[in-house]
Amino acid sequence: MAQHHLSPRQYLILGLVALCAPLGDSCLSRGMTHLPPIVLSHPLTLIPAVFTPWIALGIALLLAFFASYLTALSWADLTFVLPATAFGNVIVALFARFWLHEAISLERWAGIVLITIGVGFVANGPSLTERPGAAADLPAAAAQPQEEQLR
Amino acid sequence: MTIPPSLSTVGFWPACAMIAAIILLSTAGEVLTAAAMKSIGDLDDIRAISGMKGAIRAVVTCPLFFAGVSFLALAFFSLLFALNHLNLSLVAPASASLTLVTNAIAGKIFLKENVDRRRWTSAVLVCIGVYLLAH
Repeated sequence: MAQHHLSPRQYLILGLVALCAPLGDSCLSRGMTHLPPIVLSHPLTLIPAVFTPWIALGIALLLAFFASYLTALSWADLTFVLPATAFGNVIVALFARFWLHEAISLERWAGIVLITIGVGFVANGPSLTERPGAAADLPAAAAQPQEEQLR
Repeated sequence: MTIPPSLSTVGFWPACAMIAAIILLSTAGEVLTAAAMKSIGDLDDIRAISGMKGAIRAVVTCPLFFAGVSFLALAFFSLLFALNHLNLSLVAPASASLTLVTNAIAGKIFLKENVDRRRWTSAVLVCIGVYLLAH
């Protein structure tokens, strides 16, 4: 497997993937816990929930996550991008500890260390699985939309 | 087998079913989306050649992308449903950590990714780490 080095811009996109997902999930959780219980027999009651402020903010953050996630998946393997998403939990925990002065238990520090080691492990490896003929296919795929535009 | 009432308003098996639904639906969605993005090619290259509109068009005209998004949407609504019955400190670590492992397995089987020892180790370390951090 050849080494695929990432540019600073690609690391920035992975950073956005990491940060937007846990922040979005936190907003969704805050919004959903303030709603009355939703039962399986009335699933349509979930639709008005989408328009409440915390859930709307959560969805906006998750849309930003999804755009950067799709971009990352176009130049890196799924098994390379996914550990990066988990690193967001570490950022949120450190943010809570040093900015909000929340206490972090020994268990959580152990979790932070394990995720950091895990992400470091995968980040040092190749970002994309080499496939014979893939390099020849990519420019053709990239050129297709341009050809359509010129018509 | 029980779950503390502070974490769940439902029994053990319904809670497991809710978490399993999130894991299976999000794994299917992520694998299909990753397959779609690989079939489209590097979005940065496409944008450099045909601009942002070309990149967006390349994504939204891919049928595999819509299949992936449909599964991710189902996973999202099952997450909302689960959060209404279970505490975030139960749903988040369980679904996030197990999804990493199921995605590594699905990535190897369906996407033919080279999931070497480094990536398996990383998936397991991050899985345990997410569980400890969010538990």
